[in-house]
Amino acid sequence: MIRFDDVWLKYRHQDRGPGALARDVLRGVDFKIPDGGFRWLTGPSGAGKTTLLKLIYLAEHPTQGRIDIMGTHAAKISRRDAALLRRRIGVVYQDFRLLAHLSAYDNVALPMRLARRAEHQVHADVTEILRWVGLANRLGALPDELSGGEQQRVAIARAVVGRPKLLVADEPTGNLDDEQAGRLMTLITALNRLGTTVIVATHNHALVSAYPAPRLEMAEGRLTAHG
Amino acid sequence: MAKRHTDPLGLHSALEDWMLPVLVAAMSFLAALAVAGALASTVLAAQWQNDTAAALTIQVPQPDAPDTANNATRLAAVQAALQTMPGVTSPRLLSVDALNHLLAPWLGADAAALGLPLPAVITATWSGPGPGDAIAAALNKLAPGTLAQTGVQWAARVTALTGSLQTCAAAVLVIVALVGGALVALATRAGLAQRRETIEIIHGLGAQDGDIASRFASRATVLAVAGAAAGALLALPVLLWLAALAAPFSGLPQLGGLQHGLAGLPPALWTALPCLPLAAAVIGWSSAQLTVRGWLRKLV
Repeated sequence: MIRFDDVWLKYRHQDRGPGALARDVLRGVDFKIPDGGFRWLTGPSGAGKTTLLKLIYLAEHPTQGRIDIMGTHAAKISRRDAALLRRRIGVVYQDFRLLAHLSAYDNVALPMRLARRAEHQVHADVTEILRWVGLANRLGALPDELSGGEQQRVAIARAVVGRPKLLVADEPTGNLDDEQAGRLMTLITALNRLGTTVIVATHNHALVSAYPAPRLEMAEGRLTAHG
Repeated sequence: MAKRHTDPLGLHSALEDWMLPVLVAAMSFLAALAVAGALASTVLAAQWQNDTAAALTIQVPQPDAPDTANNATRLAAVQAALQTMPGVTSPRLLSVDALNHLLAPWLGADAAALGLPLPAVITATWSGPGPGDAIAAALNKLAPGTLAQTGVQWAARVTALTGSLQTCAAAVLVIVALVGGALVALATRAGLAQRRETIEIIHGLGAQDGDIASRFASRATVLAVAGAAAGALLALPVLLWLAALAAPFSGLPQLGGLQHGLAGLPPALWTALPCLPLAAAVIGWSSAQLTVRGWLRKLV
């Protein structure tokens, strides 16, 4: 389960000295998502969607409030346990965040290698997922040699290759055509049916309509609708 | 099948391949000189202490005058007494020629021809305790005015000098180690700054702090060991040259250039030099680990 309990977040002003806080980015956010749930995260730009996702994948700490991720109180977790928890979370970043000096294959293999999976297992899973996202013939390509859509598919493959318990995706279909977006949603819903909790932030109303699921709707740092 | 990439952090380009080894080589070179200096001073001091402390020199003025008992000459009485004194061995009367040779710098080639009242000089080996005042007292009863000197006081000064040289060498080694550690830390911080985004991504994918620190530490260790080995090797010819220069003071036979140097190097140095890359490995590893772990603390 993911639980946000009166979560507030303020970013610090870097240029106004230590302790100087900017305006609230998140304001009193409360929600729960059960294990295996699927939620769309919607709202206009600047509403706080990406910040909320960062809190979920442990890239930020809240200024106030409590967050539980898969039954773990995020503020009380050790650095070692936080790293282990991150391995169970697949993240598709809005800007892909691929390592420029690694091939598509090595980028996708990275989470499995960090988890010290056997190399034959890495090879089987990585080639399978890259084939699934349509990049079987681009295994050795560097990110710079891939189009935006191909990079996004590599990022998606990296997020799901370890069969995460939680999948967080920030605008995962932004650079994909309709066919690729459809394949991606098929993959995500398949993972969800297998028990993965899924949260997808998107502006794509057509996509939300095509795959009906409960929505977390945000505006100005607040959760304006849940369900 | 794609080949496995063993450097996900791209450290081969993040930690410059030449800068760190060159600087560590310079540190290793200085460390090799400091270690060699400390060891050589220890060896030479031990040798000099033995020779100096054991040297006994006796001067007998008016050697041909009768002794206090009127039984023999003053010189003969002193020589006879030395034969039976405990702690005194191998007494030897310096010949007139030897005496002239010693005095030549001050009195010219033939000091005896000047008609000066020169004392007789006896050298011996002293193995007794203390500075030898008891010898002088005993000999003065037979031949008043006789002087007896041992090298104990000089040996004490040599010991103090050696101690100060070793302290200086230890201080140099500590400074070299600290500077070496700081160099590794600086290079590591530069690498961290250059790879910040990559590290954040890997951190986000679930890498432990230890995983990331170990990759940096491994790379820093390889570079530090390479630099230290090069520095130690570069120091070797210099050390051989210095050993050849110091050979006349170490009592070694005249063997000529390289042989002289090889024979003149303290044996312990052959153990100490290979230890420099090992020390660099320890310093490089620990400095990089501490730097990276401290830096990672800033990440959530």
